[in-house]
Amino acid sequence: MSGRSVATDADNTDTHDITVTVNGTPYRRRVEARLLLSDFLRHDLTLAGTHVGCEHGVCGACTVLFDGAAVRSCLMFAAQADGHAIVTVEGLALDREHLHPLQEAMRDCHGLQCGYCTPGILMTMKAFLDETPQPDEAQIREALSGNLCRCTGYQHIVEAMALAAQRLRK
Amino acid sequence: MATRNFGAPIRRNEDKRLLTGQALFVDDVELPGMVHAAFLRSNLAHAAIRSIDVGAARARDGVVAVYTAEDLGPYWAPGPLLVPPPPIAGSLFHQRTQVPLAKDKVRHVGEPLAVVLAQSRYLAEDALADIVVELDPLPAVVDLEAALADDAARVHEDLRGNVAAHVRQTRGNYAAARARADHVIGRRFHYDHGASSPIETRGIVANWDARANQLTVWDTTQAPVFLRNGLAAMLGLSERQVRVIAPFVGGGFGPKIMLFYPEEVVIPWAARKLNRPIKWIEDRLEHFFATTQERGQTHDAEIALTRDGRILGIKDVFLHDTGAYNPYGLTVPINSQCTLLGPYVVPNYDSTFTAVFTNKPIVTPYRGAGRQHGVFVMERLLDIAARELKLDRAEIRRRNFIPPDAFPYNNEIIYQDFAPLSYDSGNYEPVLDKSLAMIGYERFLAEEQPRLRAQGRHVGIGVTCYVEGTGIGPYEGAKVQVQSNGKVSLATGIGTQGQGHFTSFAQIVADQLGVEVADVDVVTGDTDQFYWGAGTFASRGAVVAGNAVNEAAKVVRQKILKLAAEHFECAEQDLEIADGAVSVVGVPGQ
Amino acid sequence: MKPAPFRYVAARSLEQALQLKAEHGDEARFLAGGQSLVPTMNFRLTQPALLIDINPLTACAGVKKSGGQSVRIGALTRYRSLERDTLTARNLPLLHEALPHIAHPQIRNRGTIGGNLAHADPASEMPAIVLALAGRLRAQSVRGERWIAAAEFFTGALSTALEPDEMLTEVELPAAPSRSGACFIEVARRRGDFAIIGVACTVELDGDGRCRQARIGLCNAGDGPVLAKKASASLNGGKIGAAEIAEAAALVQSEIDPGGNVHASKDYQRHIAGVLTARAIETANERAQRGH
Repeated sequence: MSGRSVATDADNTDTHDITVTVNGTPYRRRVEARLLLSDFLRHDLTLAGTHVGCEHGVCGACTVLFDGAAVRSCLMFAAQADGHAIVTVEGLALDREHLHPLQEAMRDCHGLQCGYCTPGILMTMKAFLDETPQPDEAQIREALSGNLCRCTGYQHIVEAMALAAQRLRK
Repeated sequence: MATRNFGAPIRRNEDKRLLTGQALFVDDVELPGMVHAAFLRSNLAHAAIRSIDVGAARARDGVVAVYTAEDLGPYWAPGPLLVPPPPIAGSLFHQRTQVPLAKDKVRHVGEPLAVVLAQSRYLAEDALADIVVELDPLPAVVDLEAALADDAARVHEDLRGNVAAHVRQTRGNYAAARARADHVIGRRFHYDHGASSPIETRGIVANWDARANQLTVWDTTQAPVFLRNGLAAMLGLSERQVRVIAPFVGGGFGPKIMLFYPEEVVIPWAARKLNRPIKWIEDRLEHFFATTQERGQTHDAEIALTRDGRILGIKDVFLHDTGAYNPYGLTVPINSQCTLLGPYVVPNYDSTFTAVFTNKPIVTPYRGAGRQHGVFVMERLLDIAARELKLDRAEIRRRNFIPPDAFPYNNEIIYQDFAPLSYDSGNYEPVLDKSLAMIGYERFLAEEQPRLRAQGRHVGIGVTCYVEGTGIGPYEGAKVQVQSNGKVSLATGIGTQGQGHFTSFAQIVADQLGVEVADVDVVTGDTDQFYWGAGTFASRGAVVAGNAVNEAAKVVRQKILKLAAEHFECAEQDLEIADGAVSVVGVPGQ
Repeated sequence: MKPAPFRYVAARSLEQALQLKAEHGDEARFLAGGQSLVPTMNFRLTQPALLIDINPLTACAGVKKSGGQSVRIGALTRYRSLERDTLTARNLPLLHEALPHIAHPQIRNRGTIGGNLAHADPASEMPAIVLALAGRLRAQSVRGERWIAAAEFFTGALSTALEPDEMLTEVELPAAPSRSGACFIEVARRRGDFAIIGVACTVELDGDGRCRQARIGLCNAGDGPVLAKKASASLNGGKIGAAEIAEAAALVQSEIDPGGNVHASKDYQRHIAGVLTARAIETANERAQRGH
C-alpha cells in the first residue's frame, strides 16, 4: 500500500517517481524523499524478508544486494534506487522447490535459530562468495563481521559458509 | 516402540520459511487502514510533569490521534503484579508497577508520556516534536547505596524510602559456623546493568474488528496466553473475543516475557477507540530504555571455611536494583539468593537482600534471571579461597560437592516457585572430571600457562559450577489432532523465539504416531489454536510443553490403535504404526 | 528512527550540485555514501532541508597518477574500489593497509573517501592518514576552486575548513617514494569498531639508510587527526634503532591529548599510542629498508 510513502501536504517533503528492479522484476512507484530503502522494500513492495534491526547501519539485518554489492538498506533512501537493481532474500532461492546452496548450508549446519538476522547474513555472504569462492576461515569471519546475531554464537554460521563455498565450487 | 526421531540430528521444519524470507514477524503484518504509533518518552530520569500540550501535534496533517494519561480515563491503571512474592516469613514487599502513560511524574528515561497515531511512523515521529512537555527535574536516584540514604529523593513518594523489598533467608546458624571457621573471606562484588538487545525489537499490532466483535493482537511476546487474559480483563472483553498471536519472534531472552508493558496496554485500547488497526514497532534507540533490563546488584559476601577448604557457611547481604517499578516481584533477587548455593553443601547460610527502586528502566528476568549473580559471588569466593588456602580451584569445588548419595537434597530456603529449594538428583564430580579432561585443564596449568606467561602473555582458565532450576511450572498443554486428510497437527500455548519448537515438538509427535517429522504441522503461540498455558521462559518449554505434547500424542496413539484393532479385528498388541500407516505385524497388505 | 522530512535532488552535474549548495548553504547536505550522514539523519541529529545526492557524479570517482609523484583520488571513490585498486596498493601502501580496518564490508561498499574526510570524525583512519602524508584536498564551489593542505583542512571534531558552499571533490596524496615504508596499525575492541587508537607511520630513508623523513599520524588521539610533530622530527637525520623508536613512542605519548571514552580511558589510550607507535615505526622502517 504505497499510500504510506506518499507525502501529504507537509512543507518540506517531496515525492519522486522511481523505477527499481528487485529480484528481476521492475517496479514503478512514487516515493517520499525520506522513505528508507528498507521500509520501501518491506512495506511498499511487501518483500518483508529483509529485516530491520537498528536503522543506523550497525546490525546488518537489512543487508541487500544493490547492483551486486552488499549494502545496508536502512542507510539508503528508496529514491536513490531509481534505475538500479536490488536482490533481496526472496530472490535467492533457485526456484520454489530449490533453495540456494547458501540457504541449504545454513539449514544443514543449524546456522539459524530465530532467523531474524538470517536474510542479512545470506545476502552478505552471497556477495562475498561470488567474489571469493575459496575463502579460508579468517576471510569468512571477516566477511561476517558486519552482521550481528544474538542467538547462535556464529560458529554454525561460519561452518555453513564454508560448506556453502565447498558446494558452490562443485 | 523405538525412538526413531527424538535425539537424532535433524533439519528444522521451520528453516525453509525463515531462509526464504517467508516467515511472519510482527512488523510484517499489514492491514488495510493501519495507523502507526510513536511514543513520546521522557528524556529525564526523574521529574514532575507540569504540563503536556498535544494541541499542535493533533493539528498536524496525517496525525489521527494523540493521547496522554488523561485521555485513557478509567482505563489508566498501574499494571498487574506478574509474580507475587513467595511466602517467606518476615519479608517486606512494596508493589509499585508501571503505568500505561506517565501521570504526575516520570520515573525513568524512556517512560512514555504520550502516544501519537499517524498515517506513517515517519509522520508520527514528526508529530512527537510538536508536543510541548514541561518537566520539573527531580534528583535522580541511581546509586543503590545512595538510594537508601535518609535524605535520598524518593522514586515513589508515598513510600518512606526507596526500599522495594527486603528478604532474609537462612539455613542453620551462620554466626556459629563463622566462629568455628579456620578461614573467613569477605568481599564486595558488583554486577552491572545490561540490556538483552535481540536483533528484533519489540512490537505490537492490534486490530479491533467492531463488527466481528473481535480483537486480534500480534505481539513479540513470550507469553501470549497471559497477555490475552490480561487484555481481555482490562478491556472488559471475554477471553474468547481476544486473540493474541506471537508469530515468529526474533529472539526473546526474557524481556519479551515482561507483560503489560505500557505499549501493550495502550495500543489495544487505542485500536478499540479508533476502530482502526494500529502498529507500534520499537526502534533500536527506544529498546535501550523501553524494554526491561537486568543486572545491577552489589553483594557483600562472606565465606567461612575449614583449613582444608570445606564450606562451613556463607553470609551474603546484597542490594538489587529493581528499577523504577517492580512488576516481576522478587523473581530475580530470589534466583540470585537461591542459585548462589550451587552444587555445594552449604550447611549454614544467611542471605539478605534489599531490592531498591531507582530511576532506571525496570528490571525483569533476562537470560539467567538473577541466577548468574549468585553464581558469580559463590564462584569468586571459592576461587579466592582456593588461592588463599593454596588449593587447586577444581579441587576446592570437588571437596564441597553434594555427594551423589545425598539426593534428593533439600536446601530448605524458598525458591521462585514458592517451594523449598530441593535438588531431585545430581552426580557432580564425574561431570567436573570429564569437563576438566576435555579442556585439558591439567596440561594447561602445568605447561601452557607457564609457557605463555614467560612470553609476557596472561592467559587464564576459569571453572564454574552451578545448578539451574528449570522446568518451572505451573503447566503447559498441547493438542494433537489427526485431521480428516490424515495429516497430523499440533498446537501448544507457548511461543517460539528460535528454540526450534516447530521441529522438536514435531519429533515427539512423530515418534508416537509413526509419521515423518516434516509432516507434523505445528502451531505455537496463537491463543485461538491453543487456549491455555504459561509461556516460553526459564528453560521450561521442552520439559513442560514437550511433556504435554507427548502425553497428548500418546492419547492419540491409543485411539489409533483402538480404532485399527476394531477395523482389523485383532488385538492392539498385534499392530504397529510406522510411515503414517497402521499395519498388522507380520501380515503384509494389512 | 525515521529521518525528518527533506527535499531530495539527484545531481545531474557537478555544476548543478554546487549551484544548489551555494543557494542553500548549511541547509543542504551532500549525500555521498551516506554511511555517516544517514545514521545521524535517522537519529534526527541532522535535519538538512535539502539532500543533494552526488552519487550520480561518477566523474568524481576514480584514482589516477598525477604529475608522476602524486596520486589523485576522486572524493566519490568508494572504499571497495580503493581496496581493489592496484594504483592505490602500489603507491599508497599506508592507505591500502588501513582500508580493511574501516567499519565493515557493507559500509565499505557504499562509503566514500571524500565523505569520510568531510565528516572529519577524529576517530576515523582516513583523516589521520591524509594528515600523515601531508596530502591536500580540493574544494570546489560556484566561486571557483582551491586546494587546502591537510594540516589546515581538519579544524576540530567533525569540522573542516570547507565553506558552506564548497564540496570536497578530490584528495591528492604523494606517491610513496622508493626506499620508503609505511605502516598503519590500530586497536579496536571488535573488528570494525572505531579505533581506540590508530597510528599511521611513514619512513623515508636516504642512500645511507638514515631516516630522511618520518611522519607519524594518529586517530582518536585528540579532537581531530593528530600529527605527532616532535616524535616525527626526532627520527629525522639518523638511523632508526631501538633507542630512537622508544624515544619517538614516548614523545607521541606526551604530544597527544586523547579524550577517553566508554571503551578506553585516557591513560589506556596513551599507553596504546606508545605501543602502537613503536610497532609502526619498526615495521615502516623494515619495509623502507626492504624497498617498500
